[in-house]
Amino acid sequence: MNPSTLNAGLVAVLPEILLLILAFGVMGFDLFLPGSAKRLLGRVTIIGLVIVLAVDLVLPATGPVFGGMIYVDGWVALYRMLFLAAAILTCFLSLDLKELEQNGEYYGLLVFATMGMSLMAAARDLIMLYIAIETTSITLYLLAGFLRGSNRSAESGLKYFLFGTFASTIMLYGFSLLYGFTRATGYEAVAVELTKLTQAGSQWLVMTALILVSVGLGFKIAAVPFHFWTPDVYEGAPTPITAFISVASKAAGFAVLVRFLMTVFPMARGEWVALLSALSVVTMTLGNVLALAQHNIKRMLAYSSIAQAGYILIGVVAVANPDVAPYGPTTVLFYLGVYLLTNVAAFAVVVAVTNALGTEEIAGMAGLSRRSLGLAVAMLAAMLSLGGVPPLAGFFAKLYVFAAAIGQGLTWLVVIAVLNSILSLYYYLMVVKYVFVDRSEGDEQPMQVAPALNFGLWVAVAGILILGALSTPWYNLANMAVRVAKF
Amino acid sequence: MQFPFLSVIIFSPLLTAVLLLLMPKDRKDEVRVIAAFAAFVTLALSVFVFVAYDRSGLQFQFVERIPWVPALGISYHVAADGIGLTMLLLTGLVIFTGSLVSWGIQDRPREFYALLMILVSGVFGVFVSRDGFLLFFFYELAIFPMYILIATWGSTRKEYAAMKLTLYLLIGSIVALVGILALYFASPVRTFDLDELAKAAQNGAFMFNVNLPWGRVSFETLWFLPVFLGFGVLAGIWPFHNWSPDGHVAAPTAVSMLHAGVLMKLGAFAALRMGVELMPHGARQWLPFVIFLVTVNVVYGAAIAMVQKDFKYVIGFSSVSHMGLVTMGFATMNVVGLNGAVMQMFSHGIMTALFFAVVGMVYDRAHTRDIPSLGGFAQKMPWVAIAFIVGGLVSMGMPGLSGFVAELQIFMGVWTAGQAGVAAWYPYIAAISVLGIILTAAYVMRVVGMVFFGEFHEDKYHGVGDVTVLDKTALTILTAVLIVLGVFPQLLMNMISTGTMPLVQMFARVAGGG
Repeated sequence: MNPSTLNAGLVAVLPEILLLILAFGVMGFDLFLPGSAKRLLGRVTIIGLVIVLAVDLVLPATGPVFGGMIYVDGWVALYRMLFLAAAILTCFLSLDLKELEQNGEYYGLLVFATMGMSLMAAARDLIMLYIAIETTSITLYLLAGFLRGSNRSAESGLKYFLFGTFASTIMLYGFSLLYGFTRATGYEAVAVELTKLTQAGSQWLVMTALILVSVGLGFKIAAVPFHFWTPDVYEGAPTPITAFISVASKAAGFAVLVRFLMTVFPMARGEWVALLSALSVVTMTLGNVLALAQHNIKRMLAYSSIAQAGYILIGVVAVANPDVAPYGPTTVLFYLGVYLLTNVAAFAVVVAVTNALGTEEIAGMAGLSRRSLGLAVAMLAAMLSLGGVPPLAGFFAKLYVFAAAIGQGLTWLVVIAVLNSILSLYYYLMVVKYVFVDRSEGDEQPMQVAPALNFGLWVAVAGILILGALSTPWYNLANMAVRVAKF
Repeated sequence: MQFPFLSVIIFSPLLTAVLLLLMPKDRKDEVRVIAAFAAFVTLALSVFVFVAYDRSGLQFQFVERIPWVPALGISYHVAADGIGLTMLLLTGLVIFTGSLVSWGIQDRPREFYALLMILVSGVFGVFVSRDGFLLFFFYELAIFPMYILIATWGSTRKEYAAMKLTLYLLIGSIVALVGILALYFASPVRTFDLDELAKAAQNGAFMFNVNLPWGRVSFETLWFLPVFLGFGVLAGIWPFHNWSPDGHVAAPTAVSMLHAGVLMKLGAFAALRMGVELMPHGARQWLPFVIFLVTVNVVYGAAIAMVQKDFKYVIGFSSVSHMGLVTMGFATMNVVGLNGAVMQMFSHGIMTALFFAVVGMVYDRAHTRDIPSLGGFAQKMPWVAIAFIVGGLVSMGMPGLSGFVAELQIFMGVWTAGQAGVAAWYPYIAAISVLGIILTAAYVMRVVGMVFFGEFHEDKYHGVGDVTVLDKTALTILTAVLIVLGVFPQLLMNMISTGTMPLVQMFARVAGGG
């Protein structure tokens, strides 16, 4: 490798390198800092992540580097931005939690996970992709089980690990089949060989690999029927990590899903569009129906996040004709940005309520508007946005996805999604009812919210409102990135 | 660019709401003063635009148009015509008087007024929206605070009523939204702009046939009913009216006033704007059948009102009955009937606000709404009794009051439409509906006799006194409007016709061309 291509490569992965330094730095500091100064760790992590975010946004698109293993364009930069933003908000949520605030390992692992996701989006090679996915997953297993004193957290970590390795093994089997069929690991090279295979009449080989790979990615985005881990993991993990898994890990899954399917399987597009459309229908329907029956707010949000994955899948399959606007991948990116802010806001309220009252029951939200009007309004915004009520960001996210699908002739899918949205309003509004209408004992006592948490919460809520009132800039940005992206 | 009057009217209540929420909790009096002042400002502005509208000029004036989400063809497009301005004026009057009579609310007035203000923003927004998406957004903004307002500050099975109301209205609005989306995707240029859509509709863009499993129908035939009835739920069209009496009874006074006085008009207005105006062929086809439904409203609503024991339920069902006349006016599709319908929206809005204010005042002092156990309240609160009697006379369509102007025109419209051959059964409809008026007279007389006259039970209602000055101010304003409009109906009628004439001309063109 000559020096100039090496330089280009290093520039392309500069954010990841910085993240690596940050992660080791935070863990190293932890060893040397005296106990009283350990509160600084979270703040250092936030500052570091903000710097990486700035670097990510100014770096040029370098295209393929490291022999095509990594491919960085504006599309990757935007997904990286989502992961970094999610990590920063997660830090804000964690800063004042007793078990987490003074722990360098916690922040270090969080940064590692972010780095892994960022590589997932940038990977353009099967081996690179697998390493990135594993880096992300293993750190997330640890984070889910991070509360050593809590059985539920241990259960959460273990379940996540077992389901995760299982799914990842199946996916790896798919990768090895792909390599066996094509003797290549680069996305494009694999695609060229697969096209030849298809033309030679061996579609079923392509289909087998496609299905096996979909299992692993379906696990990442929590699509039905690979969703079984979701409620237990969400319930047991430390709440900030639940927020992180629900937004960043899902976004990373979608980034890979879109790029992988578009680049590796263009010859089987009809097949995977049909497959994912079916997945989308069962995912959103089952997610919504099961969410109706939940009493624990974290489990409810888990099923809600499954349903949301179903809606986003509609954007993934709306790709037949790239000339139609809005175009599917654009709407996926738009949706993920909105979903990130909305879910973080919801989980931030859950963190605040759990801290103060020690309950994770939905009924525990009763009388919240009397305890803290600010939290109540934030929860209202988050729930209405998740439910897709105008003019909040969630409404536009859904409208873009639906418009994209109708543009590609998938009207039936949109009809099912609209019916599902109506159904989902019930459980989202039920939370609103508890917050605003119901009373609970001692709700005259005002509730204190830690300043860092409050800050993270209001950044997210402001984002929901701004993306609702002015959705066009984010849409245009996403659209520009998708239009120039070489899938 | 001229001063954005309409935006100021829409957003000043919203800003007031934010301001109120930022105030300290215990400053109750300041909260009330600020809210009442904001309501007064919107009233003054709506009077101003009403007067400033150039009646010989374009149909839509005070236009503001800013692209909002260009990728989806959504723009912030507001403009007012004669119908919208009439409704703005109504909203301004009702919110101002409503904020006066809510003075006595002690439980968290800050949140109460803030929600009320958000709701009013939504109402103003619907009446001036010229973009389908924007209209729908404001519509939802007007519905959502209602749930919290009723469930928190209401009475009599408040949670049940609030949930019922929200579910009915939500499902109705979502059905309508699906219809709006269908129009959006069917329009030649994907746009939500109502000017564009209306133009496309007149050029027959929505006349194409849709293949369905059971045969081919035209797009307008298929989608008119979902849109019209989806919004019609809020206008209380039978058999989707069931939320309305329960909701009105459970709501706190100011919310009942706004809800029956203004919000039900949102349903009628949106059904006219999105249903009739965008799908005139569908309207010609379906409205002669919709008229059967609303005839039930008129007669059945009045009959049920007659047997109620709860004072507030009487008013609740009277709204169902009167709102039926509004939709009946739409169904005539001629100038006289439409003018009557819009006039009825205005007149009923003021009248029913007055009624609910009176019920609230009696209930606050007597702590019961049971009609048989009340009596003789005219001795204690003469002002309230007079106001209620004037409202009652309006309700039964007494000449010289605004209700007469409205209802006479509606019946004339129905009759004319029958002669013009819209449908053979129109004259019979007019004849049957008059029955509703007779029943109205009966239930109004019954309430007046049993609540305000008869024997006053000094032992039971010991210490019941007269109402406050603010209450009297509110009642006086509302009563004065009813009387003035009865004597000088042209004050409003000239304005209304500038809005209805273009609609009727459009009907004529469509009928001629198609």
